[in-house]
Amino acid sequence: MSEPSGKVFRNDAYAKVTGRAKYSDDLKFFNMAHAVPVYSDYIHAENLEVDTQAARQSAGVLAVFTAADVPGSVRFGQIEPDYCMFAEKKIMFAGDVVALIVAETREQALAAVDKVKISADPLPVVSDPEEALSPDSPVVREIKNSNLMNHHKMRRGDAPGEIENCDVVLEEEFSTQFIEHAYMEPEAAVCVPRQDGVMEVYGSMQHPFSTRRFVGALLGEPLSRIEVYQPPTGGGFGGKDDTAAVVCARAAMAARILNRPVKLNYTREWSIRESYKRHPYRLKYKVGLEKSGRVKAVQVRMISDGGAYLSVSPWVNWRSTAQCFGPYAVDHVYADVLCVATNNPVTGAMRGFGAPQVNFAVEQISDIAAERIGISPLDYRRINMVKQDGETVTGQVLDTHTVSLEQVMDKVAAEIGYEEKLKKCSRGTSDDDELYGVGLSISYRGSSLGAEGMDFCSSVINCQFDGSILLETGIHENGQGSESVMLLLLAEQLGVKLDRIKYKRSSTSNIPDGGTTVATRGTIMGGGAVTVAAQKLKQLIADNLYDVLQCRPDEVRFENDCILGPDDESKITWDEAMHHLFLKRVYPYAFGSFQAPDVSWDEETGQGDAYFTYVYSCQAVELTVNKKTGKIKLQNIVAGHDIGRAVNRAMVLGQMYGGIAQGVGMALTEDLEIENGRFVHMDLNHYKIPKARELPDMTGIIVENPDPQSPTRAKGIGEPALELIAPAIANAVYNATGIRYRDLPIKVNPEELK
Amino acid sequence: MSTGDKSSVLTVNGIEHALSESDLNMNLLDYIRERLNLTGTKNGCGTGACGACTVLIDDAARRSCLTKVSSVAGKRITTIEGLEQQDGTLHPIQQAFIDAGAIQCGFCTPGMVLSAYSLLLKNKRPSREEIRKGINANLCRCTGYQQIVDAVEQASETMYP
Repeated sequence: MSEPSGKVFRNDAYAKVTGRAKYSDDLKFFNMAHAVPVYSDYIHAENLEVDTQAARQSAGVLAVFTAADVPGSVRFGQIEPDYCMFAEKKIMFAGDVVALIVAETREQALAAVDKVKISADPLPVVSDPEEALSPDSPVVREIKNSNLMNHHKMRRGDAPGEIENCDVVLEEEFSTQFIEHAYMEPEAAVCVPRQDGVMEVYGSMQHPFSTRRFVGALLGEPLSRIEVYQPPTGGGFGGKDDTAAVVCARAAMAARILNRPVKLNYTREWSIRESYKRHPYRLKYKVGLEKSGRVKAVQVRMISDGGAYLSVSPWVNWRSTAQCFGPYAVDHVYADVLCVATNNPVTGAMRGFGAPQVNFAVEQISDIAAERIGISPLDYRRINMVKQDGETVTGQVLDTHTVSLEQVMDKVAAEIGYEEKLKKCSRGTSDDDELYGVGLSISYRGSSLGAEGMDFCSSVINCQFDGSILLETGIHENGQGSESVMLLLLAEQLGVKLDRIKYKRSSTSNIPDGGTTVATRGTIMGGGAVTVAAQKLKQLIADNLYDVLQCRPDEVRFENDCILGPDDESKITWDEAMHHLFLKRVYPYAFGSFQAPDVSWDEETGQGDAYFTYVYSCQAVELTVNKKTGKIKLQNIVAGHDIGRAVNRAMVLGQMYGGIAQGVGMALTEDLEIENGRFVHMDLNHYKIPKARELPDMTGIIVENPDPQSPTRAKGIGEPALELIAPAIANAVYNATGIRYRDLPIKVNPEELK
Repeated sequence: MSTGDKSSVLTVNGIEHALSESDLNMNLLDYIRERLNLTGTKNGCGTGACGACTVLIDDAARRSCLTKVSSVAGKRITTIEGLEQQDGTLHPIQQAFIDAGAIQCGFCTPGMVLSAYSLLLKNKRPSREEIRKGINANLCRCTGYQQIVDAVEQASETMYP
């Protein structure tokens, strides 16, 4: 039984389905020049020298820029300014850019690439994060004296002491791989110097405000002189922040110095080479249980590969810390989560943000523990999961919203028939070539940034005197449908027809910085801001028109495109209302901002109210494993998520299916191979994201327990959808083969099945 | 209508274009995007892996990034811009993509729609598995394909009731 999609609304669907939507590379400006980046063959090297003379003399070349030409700061970053936008003296990893060639045409720029002469003295390549922690290891980042990028801790109760007294102790190790975001649109930027001195930036990016900071740093100019516009963006998934911003910054620098429009459009190869990845993790768990199946104590050490620059690794690792034992309540936890600098590709934000790696381990441990204790996997989860008014591992009491994890798990288990099908699993033996398995996993996910960041967002509603309405928010459309959600929410709040409202795609110069469109915070934060602005607008309208309606201001209602008094007799249409306001010289305009409720964190103990609310999730999968080939074929997937409230049901389901597909890639097909810091491949022919035939039909179950702390009652779905199918698949593969696969991606060797 | 040498003419969305020597040496994707300014056809990889550059060559879905203009001279090319009717009415496949919620970032959408078009010409009532096979060469990172499969099913029913 699939969730009915209901009415589908997307404000950008027509433009996208007709090819009219103009992405960054589709833009052309008069007198536009073209830039291309130049990389070196080094992975780690010092005494870098770049000779650009021959390239500068190449046909059509206008300029070749290096670090020496940067008017502002060569280095910038979201947390620490360590990312070299142009390599300066050293090469830190394969994706460092040593020069930018700008020419009249792209072909001319490309033809000059090989004419840039690069020399440097190679240094030992640091590529293993564990070895990088050794005192003997070369230090990668020269601004630090150690390769340790960050170390988050949790010290709750006395885990090392308690674990000794447990009936059962499990020790398990897991590892995860480098993952490429593989958004379909590679990075691109077009920068246009404006006659008033402002640099206009059009780029494929997730976060115009973050981009503006990178551009400002490289140019050495204030934020007010940079105006960033976001054309339709061909996917982000967390991956179009730092790197996409750096691409914009380089194009802006060329445009500023040459004083003409410059386009910098990335090939897939450059995109893979330079963009940050999902962190590979190595996770070691020691879990102590009572005979009943109750987990008493957990010790965990995670090491993640941070690559050559910090990016947002400390925030990614922080989420891994706050959610270090999945959705389970445990009184004694001792956790260390480390990120280590290497000369590998930079790692940073990717949909899931430090949770998919942890869940891959924790949700296999759940099945392993249940089997050791001799209880059903559902009962193990029921015994240990967070409950209403209960305490999380961070000491947070969950009493502000409905804790629905058991409800969600029960719905998914019933839909897929988990308990009956579990009995039919092959466990390594079957009469035919196909081994059958079913597997399940659960998670909870803190919504929005939590204690990792500053969390607020704004919205502007600007009603026109002809009755039409302009809406802006500080949240940005990456393809997920955020604009459509905002439009639906405003139409509902004002009781007006949807087609009255036009979403005004904001630039960085006409709305305050709303924070990054990340962390599944678009709907909860942007929608919150829309709701606050709408309530202010309604108050303003009521205060000015109650006399027309012959009632008190608090009796004014907004329904069916009309503004009404307490009874349906006194009413004026929305158009009439706007005309009345015009005659009164009152602007029907509202600015609303929503600040996330308070959160807290103690760095030493890893305790605090980590997030102001949580999304509860369960996903289950049926699959077969071929005994002769080891090939895993997914047969059925069911996903359930309590997202508070669904604003745009078809798009919620689309997020579920798409998130699951990315999780399937993580589980089975995706592996960005890096050998001693070097990419083995830089294309989508070898890096295999799931194709249509590799996915089964899926069933999405939307659970709605409205969240009182969210002004719209909605939470979010982007990341929860991705973070838990990999362990469900691993559990199903175990139930099919009897073999536990602890390393990603899962590759079944048919020899092991004999 | 021109009656010139077929080897130096390309018909794109019903309009004949004379091909210069330099046009003939381009790949079809660059020719469509840069010479004709038909930017609905996308460049996702340049190595034939993603299908974002899919166009119809004599009604068959092909990757324009790996196709030389010289190899298709004289043939009939349809890009996403050529699918809707002159009055702007959407093709039933396009409408079905909207109605089924099959569009997210939209970068794969033009290629996906054209692969679906080519499939439905050959197979009017494909099963879901046949639809998956028909769009298997087109990568999508957003949707998990499910609502795209729904859309092609719906389009089949609209086009061949």
